[in-house]
Amino acid sequence: MFESLDATVVARLQFAFTIGFHIVFPSLTIGLASYLAVLEAMWLKTRDDTYIRLFDYWKKIFAVAFGMGVVSGVVMSYQFGTNWSVFADRTGPVLGPLMAYEVLTAFFLEAGFLGVMLFGRARVGPGLHFAATVLVAVGTLLSAFWILSANSWMHTPAGYAVNADGQFTPADWLAVIFNPSFPYRLVHMVLAAYLTTALVVGATAAWQLLRGRDFPAVRTMFSMAMWMLALTAPVQIVAGDLHGLNTLEHQPAKIAAMEGHFETRTGAPLYLFGIPDMEAETVRHAVEIPKLGSLILTHDAEGEVAGLKQWPPDQRPNAEILFWTFRVMVGLGFLMLALGAGGLYLRWRGRLYRSRWLHRAALAMGPSGFVALLSGWITTEVGRQPWTVYGLLRTADAVSPVAAPGVGASLVAFVCVYLLVFGAGTYYLLRMMAKPPERAADERESGPLHAAAMSPFREDARPGTGGAA
Amino acid sequence: MSPDLVTVWAGLVAFAVLAYVVLDGFDLGVGILFPMVRDARQRDTMINSIAPVWDGNETWLVLGGGGLMAAFPLAYAVLLPAFYPLLIAMLLGLVFRGVAFEFRGRSDVHRPWWERGFALGSVVAAFCQGVMLGAFIDGVSVDGRAYGGGWYDWLTPFSLATGAAVVAGYALLGATWLILRTEGELQDRCRGLARALFVAVLAMVGLVSLWTPYAHAEVAARWFAMPNLLYLSPVPVLVAATAAVFWVSLGRGAERTPFLAALVLFGLSYAGLGISLYPYVVPYAVTLRAAAAPPESLSFMLVGAAVLLPLILGYTAYAYRVFRGKVSADDGYH
Repeated sequence: MFESLDATVVARLQFAFTIGFHIVFPSLTIGLASYLAVLEAMWLKTRDDTYIRLFDYWKKIFAVAFGMGVVSGVVMSYQFGTNWSVFADRTGPVLGPLMAYEVLTAFFLEAGFLGVMLFGRARVGPGLHFAATVLVAVGTLLSAFWILSANSWMHTPAGYAVNADGQFTPADWLAVIFNPSFPYRLVHMVLAAYLTTALVVGATAAWQLLRGRDFPAVRTMFSMAMWMLALTAPVQIVAGDLHGLNTLEHQPAKIAAMEGHFETRTGAPLYLFGIPDMEAETVRHAVEIPKLGSLILTHDAEGEVAGLKQWPPDQRPNAEILFWTFRVMVGLGFLMLALGAGGLYLRWRGRLYRSRWLHRAALAMGPSGFVALLSGWITTEVGRQPWTVYGLLRTADAVSPVAAPGVGASLVAFVCVYLLVFGAGTYYLLRMMAKPPERAADERESGPLHAAAMSPFREDARPGTGGAA
Repeated sequence: MSPDLVTVWAGLVAFAVLAYVVLDGFDLGVGILFPMVRDARQRDTMINSIAPVWDGNETWLVLGGGGLMAAFPLAYAVLLPAFYPLLIAMLLGLVFRGVAFEFRGRSDVHRPWWERGFALGSVVAAFCQGVMLGAFIDGVSVDGRAYGGGWYDWLTPFSLATGAAVVAGYALLGATWLILRTEGELQDRCRGLARALFVAVLAMVGLVSLWTPYAHAEVAARWFAMPNLLYLSPVPVLVAATAAVFWVSLGRGAERTPFLAALVLFGLSYAGLGISLYPYVVPYAVTLRAAAAPPESLSFMLVGAAVLLPLILGYTAYAYRVFRGKVSADDGYH
């Protein structure tokens, strides 16, 4: 079934599929790990049981998401070799050490203290347990640091030389690690993880409030999520704008594709809507605001903006994809800003826990962080094409000498297994989040292992707790 | 190219792979033995004995893969395409077994399926690793800077035998781990299993030790030419001694010694392979030196590894200490 396809296309599909599935779990666990550390710190400080109840509630959700992140992540560490062996050989001396540092500083730290964090509170006491939680959170952030450094180097390579075998070799490690796009990408991605988590926590609390479960723990998590959203969403929009300006400097073709600009011109418009056509080199059905494109990109209404025609056709990223993924991301970002502002306003009016419209909006926005994150990811990665290492190594030249049917067969296997396993995992996560956090306290006291978790929808079988408000 | 750095990194990557084999070996072994235990509480006990540590154990696999790409990128670029279908199957096996820890507690209805996935995933991962070992010993064909063989080059009677050997070996590690961590009926059961598995593993080690020099003259010369024969003779002698210690301690009802003896047996077999295959990182085609990353890469990583590996070993030992002692069915948090 894959004979007619180019092995490079199938290998790209496989990488996109496996990393697209992988990336959603770490983005949730990066945020949740920090959230858990905050909850436990609040509990240690105030000794208010609400916090430890929330900690135990989110800890279990974290464990499921983390498990899925681990198994899909192990796959990623072998994708470079199975399908992209030329890339591995040529960039190994530069990117390999960054990934090795990720394993040494982050993965072992997370894995080493995860067991203590999940199972060890009774064995080590609250102080050491809190230290374990903080170390897991630090591990998730260190992991983001190294892998985004490696990823950024592929976009804005720096500090390298090329040896006789055609391998990239390190010339200046600081320049490699802190390559030009890395600081922007790291901030943008970590904020995205925090926003995604705040939206998930907020939607969970909103669901409970809509079901009438107006418990102290539910209020606490809704309030915390809405604060986080109100504070992070505007910062993320600023960070995204700075990241975009950095991209304009280093990868102007990507920006041209995102904006649907084919012509290089001054006073370029901003397209609100349109259907870019790579063949015809134009945007069909365009709805535009004159000069706004130049204003945003150059901070000058008459500024000159490069169009895709400036590059030969075989060096242009696909505007038909980027135009839309970019708009989805930005649109959702502004909806997040609106939700955060709405939360602030209703808090000021004292209606944070009573406004059903706010709760419905928060629930609807629950998955929006993941959608925005994946859209942003597609924008930046498809925008790097046709290069694997920007301007230096073409994607078509980086692929393994493995025939398309083999890559295709393994892609089919990944799709089947991932849909089954992560579909089930997502179902379990949703079911855990549908239960109110008060249940967690009951479970802790109710004896044997799995007793509560094993009976699905147990709260429905017990009258009196569901509609407490 | 600095010879010292290459040797040091060969040692570090070899250490990471050995750490992976023995650590994930025992927890994959618990998965392999899972179908032989039917009782629900005993199954909970088995899971609880490895739940806090399996993730750390599997991290050594990521270090082995990542370390290989970083220190010997050419070897990574040749070996992974050579073992392509095996790697995909292994990774998918690890997916099923990894998620089962959390998923099996999430639904009564689905639980038997996740437990089957846990057992089958463990067997598949172990078997694929064993087949890769056999194919590695038999040699990999290289064309320029890439894998030069076909899709099924790894498939030989020998590699299938080593696949079975690794499944039995991991099951032996798992059984002795459970002897250490459990008591009563489950522990008795594992003693019986360990006995049978030990005989099978020893036979397999013997088979590989005879076949490898028989099939590869280079390896035979390494072991049997004088004076190597004298220097290397402690290896088989130690294997025999370890086997005796294992057998006697198991018979006497010892709890710790069988596990340690099984670890030593793995270590010795691993050392034997290292002696056979040195200095190749892709057997009989690419040497460690030819595949090594430039010294700037190796030295940059060595700074980190020198500081971080002792720390990692320290806190990993701490995590094991926190959960030491006999484990029960009620030690989870669900």
